[in-house]
Amino acid sequence: MSLPDTTRRTILGTVATLAALPTVSRADISEPDAVSGGLGLQNVTLQVNGQQFRVTLEPRVSLLDVLRETIGLTGTKKGCDHGACGACTVHVDGRRIVSCLTLAARCKSKKIVTIEGLSNGGDLHPVQAAFLHHDGFQCGYCTPGQIMSAVALIQEGHASSADEIREWMSGNICRCGAYPNIVAAVQDASGNVTEGG
Amino acid sequence: MGGAKYAAEFELPDMAHAVLVQSTIAAGKILGFDLIAAKAMPGVLVIITPDNAEKLHNLKPAQQKVTYPLLQNADIKFNGQHVAVVVADTFERATAAAAAVRVHYRATKAVTTMDQAFSESVTPKNFSNGRAKPDSQIGETSPILPSGTLRVEQIYTTPIEHHNPMEPHATIAHWSGEQLTVWTATQGISGAQKALSSLFGLKPQNVTVICPYVGGGFGSKGNTWPPAVLAAMATRQVNRPVKLVVTREQMFTSNGYRPRTVQRIKLAANPDGRLLSVRHDVKTQTSMPEVGEFAEPSALITRMLYSAPSIGTSHRLVQVNHGLPTYMRGPGESSGAFAIESAMDEMAAALKIDPIDFRLRNYAERDPTADLPFASKALRECYAQGAAAFGWEKRNPAPRSMRDGHMLVGMGMATSSYPTNRMPASASVHLTADGSALVRSGTQDIGTGTYTTLAQVAADELGLPLGKVRTQLGDSRLPPAPVSGGSMTSASVVPAVQAAAQGVKAQLFALAISHGGFQWQSVSPDVLTLIDSAVDGPAGRIGIGQLFTLAKIKQLNATAGAQPAPDANDYSKHAFGAQFVEVRVDPDLGIVRVSRWVGAFDCGRVLNAKTARSQLIGGIIYGMGMALFEETRIDRNTGRITNANISDYLVAVNADVPEIETIIVDSIDPISNPLGTKGIGELPMVGAAPAIANAVYHATGTRIRDLPIRIEQLLA
Repeated sequence: MSLPDTTRRTILGTVATLAALPTVSRADISEPDAVSGGLGLQNVTLQVNGQQFRVTLEPRVSLLDVLRETIGLTGTKKGCDHGACGACTVHVDGRRIVSCLTLAARCKSKKIVTIEGLSNGGDLHPVQAAFLHHDGFQCGYCTPGQIMSAVALIQEGHASSADEIREWMSGNICRCGAYPNIVAAVQDASGNVTEGG
Repeated sequence: MGGAKYAAEFELPDMAHAVLVQSTIAAGKILGFDLIAAKAMPGVLVIITPDNAEKLHNLKPAQQKVTYPLLQNADIKFNGQHVAVVVADTFERATAAAAAVRVHYRATKAVTTMDQAFSESVTPKNFSNGRAKPDSQIGETSPILPSGTLRVEQIYTTPIEHHNPMEPHATIAHWSGEQLTVWTATQGISGAQKALSSLFGLKPQNVTVICPYVGGGFGSKGNTWPPAVLAAMATRQVNRPVKLVVTREQMFTSNGYRPRTVQRIKLAANPDGRLLSVRHDVKTQTSMPEVGEFAEPSALITRMLYSAPSIGTSHRLVQVNHGLPTYMRGPGESSGAFAIESAMDEMAAALKIDPIDFRLRNYAERDPTADLPFASKALRECYAQGAAAFGWEKRNPAPRSMRDGHMLVGMGMATSSYPTNRMPASASVHLTADGSALVRSGTQDIGTGTYTTLAQVAADELGLPLGKVRTQLGDSRLPPAPVSGGSMTSASVVPAVQAAAQGVKAQLFALAISHGGFQWQSVSPDVLTLIDSAVDGPAGRIGIGQLFTLAKIKQLNATAGAQPAPDANDYSKHAFGAQFVEVRVDPDLGIVRVSRWVGAFDCGRVLNAKTARSQLIGGIIYGMGMALFEETRIDRNTGRITNANISDYLVAVNADVPEIETIIVDSIDPISNPLGTKGIGELPMVGAAPAIANAVYHATGTRIRDLPIRIEQLLA
């Protein structure tokens, strides 16, 4: 196994090598499910970050768990699994949603964007760059969710003042307490982000 | 872009998933399990219960090692105790089967809250890991006080609080050959390696612990808690890698908490505002003795904060059927400061003396209980600079005297302090011909910026651009370093990195002298420097790459350890600070909003201004949560936590937090460590809660002595 090779910047700055994942079925489950009452396996094609992923899953599997456990996109975080902390925020058809309360099987033919797909190539999205610049994170665990929310709230037009940002970012808990820096980052980025950015 | 890998995010082939089953009674015995339904469910590999669990070794508790319950017997000592582990091929199947496990209990009478056994308290056996005594006294225990003495005697309480880091505790364990490898969310890989090797009877070198990133810990990841041990037990049983991620609900019973405290403060002062005596008696909860012991050392801060001829403190424990409490950000100091700093505010009000002035009249020039000089102390500067930035002089001292429209405005302040800690640590530095360096140390980055700080220090020492230095940490195969707790990572690890970098530098200088040519041979290494990736001296400059070619080497390595200087014990070592808060209280609804904050801190030399400020505001916000929101509630009948999730256990969110101004006063500690740092992680949390309570008193005239401050207390 390789040792971690990182700096603080890596939390945000690593190029999303996972975006190059081939379109494969990586289902962990082998046998069809006859016992657990209608929880038969389904083949579902998910469109994540512009790529097709064909996965075999039970209907009870959340989008969050498919992203993390099956597709291997672990940038989206599980903080509570109850829709209370915002760490699992992703965009589905342009809207920010908590992926822990979303069934993966309901996301067929929807466009899913995760933190790994926020920018094209190696450049940071302006919101990511602003989080780095303003040190809008400490442990980094809530950060992907914060950034996905921030990108969406800027597009929604909810970043007109610090108070508005505070209100609309309050679904994303940061236990390290980076809130003032997060507000500064969102304010900064809201001046730079273009429509659809 | 989400590239940082946390413990649960490493991919191993054929991974199985483990889910915990917890007890639903608070005390008693397991009579048996009904596993027929669960075992028949698809994908289930094994269900581990006390009946078939591996027998562990060395079940004596030790620091960073939690040894109960670990499925070693059928006794139940708290609600939420782990009673079984279900392992299946997917997370969903393990979760479903765990819900189908039936446990039969014989319940016995439980002590579910502290008040049920309040009078039966015991003296802590292992208080502060032996570094302090539970009781202290200087001067007379009950001095005879002259007439005209003012007294404040009150009881202050803080509730059970849970750390709730955003990353749940998680472990991937892989038993292969004779080697146990665990990727686990921990603040201490060395401690985890020790605990796991001891419990499984393995040699330490046969256990590898990996944790490149920690998604917050705040003390809850300092110990090696049962879930990590149970994941290791499971992989040994199924011979596959096993992933065990604790659910948010289970986090409330799996990895410690700050115990409830009931603190009695007695202050006596003469009319001139001089303290005559101070008493701080703490009762705090711990678990049943079989589970372990932890004492929240709330009165330690009172032993050193103010000068008085008589200062007495005590700590007693009330044993309750809950899990083991543990360190939580500012352990002792943050709960204790709420009591003593609230009482100081009450006394200042009784004396009609400004709260800062009252504190200055009792300023401790040396540590009164330890009877030692402070290694450094710039608290006066914190008061002065904080008050000036805040505009303290605009405060009308009368309660309920200041308004902004309909809203009552309150201004409050409190002192903060936290010990300056340091432990032995080691690190290595590798320099390669292209002038890039690799720093390695078995420490952790819990969000404080350790990666950056260590690289920065090595870059400074070696005259390299920061971009040429990489850091590796979070792996037990690296040179050992202490737990990331007690605000001591920089103080402990940075000197080791410096020493290792100096070792490399000395070798480079020796190479320059031996291989640099004729002019270099008589040069003393003392006059050489490393600048811009080259050795620079009176005989000229030689680039690192050139030197490596001349000496025919590919790399230079040095490993070094660093430990506290022996004379550091001749001083009392603390960081200090002053917190200034403005609150707005709705007089009709009792809603409290923090509207302004200034914190001025004496935290020694700052290594990185950006990450230092981030930690300071983070600690203040943690303190806002403590003051206004956080409380773990227990059902008296069942001993069950009724708000074991992060929507009912309230923490501060973005909309709760105003602009925060932080001031770092000029102060370099010449004693505690060669860097002059004092530690930042916990300090800003201390004093935040009493500053808010004091501001709420100033706004409303109502003194809140029980945290968290709630609307109903202000409407009563």
